[in-house]
Order: sequence, then C-alpha cells, then structure tokens
Amino acid sequence: MSSLPVDVPLQAYLVLAAILFCTGVWGLINSRNAVRVLMSIELMLNAVNINLMAFSSYIDGQLIRGQVFAIFVITVAAAEAAVGLAILLSLYRNRETVDMERFNLLRW
Amino acid sequence: MTIASWTQWICFVALSAGVVIGSLGVVLLPNIVYSAFLLGGVFLSVAGLYLMLNASFVAAAQVLVYVGAVNVLILFAIMLVNKKETLAEIPGLPLRRLLSGGVCAGLFLLLLRVDVTTPWAVPGPSPVGNDATIRIGIHLFSDYLLPFELASVLLLMAMIGAIVLARRDVFTVDVITGEDVDQALIEKMRTPLLVETTPTQNPALEATR
Repeated sequence: MSSLPVDVPLQAYLVLAAILFCTGVWGLINSRNAVRVLMSIELMLNAVNINLMAFSSYIDGQLIRGQVFAIFVITVAAAEAAVGLAILLSLYRNRETVDMERFNLLRW
Repeated sequence: MTIASWTQWICFVALSAGVVIGSLGVVLLPNIVYSAFLLGGVFLSVAGLYLMLNASFVAAAQVLVYVGAVNVLILFAIMLVNKKETLAEIPGLPLRRLLSGGVCAGLFLLLLRVDVTTPWAVPGPSPVGNDATIRIGIHLFSDYLLPFELASVLLLMAMIGAIVLARRDVFTVDVITGEDVDQALIEKMRTPLLVETTPTQNPALEATR
C-alpha cells in the first residue's frame, strides 16, 4: 500500500465512472424490464456526473463549472425520470406488459 | 502516508466498492425491487464521492433529488406495474448478452486507455472547498442564468407532460344532465357511479328526468 500516491488521483475517479457507465450501457441493452432500463439510464447519468465532479475538483478548482453542470444534469435527470415513468405507465396500460421485446408499436 | 491520506483512500475504496457492486446488482438481480433499493445505495455512494470531491452542495442535491425523488418515483412505478409475468423466450438471447458484454468491455477498455494515457493538467488550481456553494450561486445567477431559467421551464414541461401522459381518460356521459363527465386519473377501470343504463332497468332514475 505504501506505493500508493498520497491523494486519490483523478484517474481513479475516471476509471470508476467508466465502470459505472459501461455497467449502465450493458443493463440498458440487455434488460427485459422497462423499469430496469430507466434505472440503467440513471446509472449512466451518474457516471457522467462523477466525471464532471472529478474534473471540477482536480482541474477547475476555482471556477467550479463542473459542479454547475452536474446540477443541470441532475435537473434533467429528474425530468427524464418523471416523463419516462409516465410513458412507461401509459405503455403498461395499453400493452399490459413491461417486457421491452413487446414494445414494438413504432417498429413497422 | 499520513492518516488523512489513509482515510481518503479507505473512503474512496469503500464508496467505489459500493458503487460498483450496487450497479452490478441493479443490472443483474432478477428481483426488480432489490434493484431499486440497490440503486438508492448507488446514489448514496455517489453522493459520498461528491463529498470527497469538495462538493457538499451537489452531494446534498444528489441525496435530495436522486434518493428522495427519483428513487421513490421508480419504486412507485415498480409498485404500479409489478405484475408477475413470464417473459417469452427469445432465441439467441445468451449470444446477444455475450455480444453486448463484449461491446461494453471494449468501450470500457477504450475509456480506460483514454484515462491512463491522456496527460491531464493536474494539479490544477486548489479547490475552493466550502466556498463551493457560494460559487455555484454566483454562477447560477450570472453566467449560467439562461440555462438556469431553461431548466425551470424544462421542469415545468416535464411535470405537465408526465401528468398528461400518465392520466387515464375515461369519458362517460352523465345520465341526468347529458354532459360529458371527465373521470380522469382513475387508476383502475371501474364502473362509474351513474352509468348509462337502459331505461327499463332503472325506472326511478328515469322518473327524475
């Protein structure tokens, strides 16, 4: 452990955000349940937020523009979750299912 | 290494373990209610990481908005649509999972390479620390004023849109007055109080006309 740098480096946060983002992408592609797809989108947004905050703290420490952007991302994520779940509820009423493979109304 | 850096490393490792394990649980667990609660754990761990990155205001906003609003909304959605259903088998699903896993692993390796090889301009200027909230307020009301106002309009549109999308329109006709009765926001289809009945079935009601 003594070979570790004194502070947590920027790259550690970036790698963590990359892991979280890729997990979110995999869940987005592979989930059958529509609610889980929305959760995966939230995971991806959080990964982006971690990146913004890490850059804001390590590179832009005085004008913390990354934090302002993260606040806007949180706002948009809240709006996205509300509208997404409303669409999901509407779809569930019409189709009586949450299976993503059966949501093909606009496909053909 | 000093005590402070040890504490920082231990906090980072614990929080990132929470994030990684929680996100894998969100994606992989078969029970979606467990996934939703683990998602709340992931949000809390990310808020802890924000605290480590000198951003107390955004950490508080993360807890309030994500854990308090988004996660609760997801739990309500699960309760509204949580019907037990057996998903139909799709041919070639394991192959699809494997292929998408490969794509995601490739994306991760690409991001890892960018992270490691880019010469980041660290150390930058020293972080402002506890003055971050004041700086954010100054930003929001000076150079980020237009996005701030647009965000409020966006939230209003999202609220109205969610109400319009999620309401159930049940239009029935009042048998007495003959006017349209808007019985929106009824979750389950049920018989209205004054249904349109045939005149022979309800002579008392017919007499009131």
